[in-house]
Amino acid sequence: MAAVSAISFSLFNFVGDPVNNMVGQDATREQRVEIRQQLGLDDPVLTQYTRFIGNVLQGDFGLSYRIKRPVSTLILERLPATLELVFVSALIALVVGIGLGVYTGIKRDTWVSRIVMAVSLIGVSLPTFIIGIALIYLFAVHLRWLPSSGRSGTIDLGFWKTSLLSVDGWRAIVLPAITLSLFQLTMILRLVRAEMLEVMRADYIKFARARGLAERTIYFVHALRNTLVPVITVIGLNIGGLIAYSVITETVFQWPGTGLMFIQAVDFVDVPIMAAYLIFVALLFVVINLIVDILYFVVDPRIRLGGS
Amino acid sequence: MAEPTTQSRWQRFLDNDVTWSFLHTPSAIVAACVTVIAVSAALAAPWIAPYDPFDPSQISLWDGKLPPAWVEGGSSAYLLGTDNQGRDMLSTILYGGRLSIVVGFVAVFLGMLLGVTLGVISGYLGGKVDAIIMRFADVQLTIPGILLAILINGIGRAILPIDMRDDFAIYVVIIAIGLTDWPQFARVARGATMVEAQKEYVQSARVIGLPGWLIMIRHILPNTLRPILVIATIGLALAVIAEATLSFLGQGIPPTTPSLGTLIRVGNEYLFSGLWWITLFPGIALVVLVFAVNLLGDWMRDALNPKLR
Repeated sequence: MAAVSAISFSLFNFVGDPVNNMVGQDATREQRVEIRQQLGLDDPVLTQYTRFIGNVLQGDFGLSYRIKRPVSTLILERLPATLELVFVSALIALVVGIGLGVYTGIKRDTWVSRIVMAVSLIGVSLPTFIIGIALIYLFAVHLRWLPSSGRSGTIDLGFWKTSLLSVDGWRAIVLPAITLSLFQLTMILRLVRAEMLEVMRADYIKFARARGLAERTIYFVHALRNTLVPVITVIGLNIGGLIAYSVITETVFQWPGTGLMFIQAVDFVDVPIMAAYLIFVALLFVVINLIVDILYFVVDPRIRLGGS
Repeated sequence: MAEPTTQSRWQRFLDNDVTWSFLHTPSAIVAACVTVIAVSAALAAPWIAPYDPFDPSQISLWDGKLPPAWVEGGSSAYLLGTDNQGRDMLSTILYGGRLSIVVGFVAVFLGMLLGVTLGVISGYLGGKVDAIIMRFADVQLTIPGILLAILINGIGRAILPIDMRDDFAIYVVIIAIGLTDWPQFARVARGATMVEAQKEYVQSARVIGLPGWLIMIRHILPNTLRPILVIATIGLALAVIAEATLSFLGQGIPPTTPSLGTLIRVGNEYLFSGLWWITLFPGIALVVLVFAVNLLGDWMRDALNPKLR
């Protein structure tokens, strides 16, 4: 995984001529050559690559070609915005998704369940940016309840600018978070429902009923617990999806996170930012996979026993 | 003599399980109708659209930003209103839809070609080739598709000189989406190939000494097509969304030859001034198209039951 990502980053070194984007149309040839040398672009590729990897390991991703500031600072500045957005939408997707999934799984024939399932089918087909535009139009332009874009009401904790501690911040995060969560929410909902339908037919549920346990206990302790292994796998993958789709959501809402930065970097062929963002995403994926694997141990005793 | 055979073919077609399932699934019929209407309307855009949005002589800025005909201030000349440049919305949607659909089709076809080729080779040869190809596919599958498409698209644009970017934008988008698509096809094709390769007809083809490539193309490939068709249908919906998303992000097709995504992006800038129709109608067109194709794919998956999941 790390090897493959490294290969893809080295590819960047061949791509495009950043100098053309940095200097104006009327720059002289001497100026161009000078900038090329400053950036070390005239060195052999292998030298550039080793230097790149060496720097990355020290947390140094180089200077942004466009803004001329260290990429690591830029990412760290924007990281809280993205992580908070992903966190809030993951929370929405999990709570609402699992809740509705359990409900529609248990009471599959009520009209509420039918409506939820129909809406969820539409939710899968709706592109993220259309949901975003629709929400902006409804709540920001038409009803004027919530701000349409940007991140406001941030409180500086020194190392972390958070928007989760003020009313304004929450007002700003609600729409993008819902937009981002909707697709994952429907996926989780459908999966939990399918798993619940399966589990509820199992013998131990009948046995639990025969023991006279409360329905609530059966649903949440016995049934839900046994649906968790596949659900956790999908959720793990989906949080990766949240990060990917945050690129779109952040653009729609002009949310000042890393995704928006990435899109702007792609626009200007700002290679260091693109490379750093990719490493960052790859790292997040590895971390998420690790957490998912650990959660298997917590949730499924069979894996725990099998390992020892 | 020709007629009885066609008759019996028609009869056989009607007796087919798949046909039966289709005729007994209302949602599939509706979805198929919507898809066929949308695709043919889009393909026939040059003939049925009331205006040609690319012909400057038919556009006047004075007619810009007109609301739909049934809203106050709207003109009956422009059924769905006009955009900021005075182009008729209905015509631009038809033309934009055509572009979106063509890009979607070609991109899926590209992904299918690449994925099926690699998948069949991988499944037939096995061993190291299989391990390498499938490792690539697995790694690519862990990266979310849209991120990869943005990336490939960005690289493609970066390679091109600035003045050629707009002209080649469509091809770059197609390649980006196609390259994002292939692992799905490769996986399914590989699975189907491994099943088929065990069967007797393949064994006997091998015994009579046919070369491997011939067996793969002539004998195995036709038998893997069913599940691949399902993936391709769902892939088409995803490709249309991917194109729209790229264009919406400003990374895709330029506003001079708008696709649905580009139209939505342009309209989004006017949303705050209350010009809702510039965004709404292309948005509806896109959602209806994708939803219909998705429904169709869902039904195909159930009907052909290739045990995809």
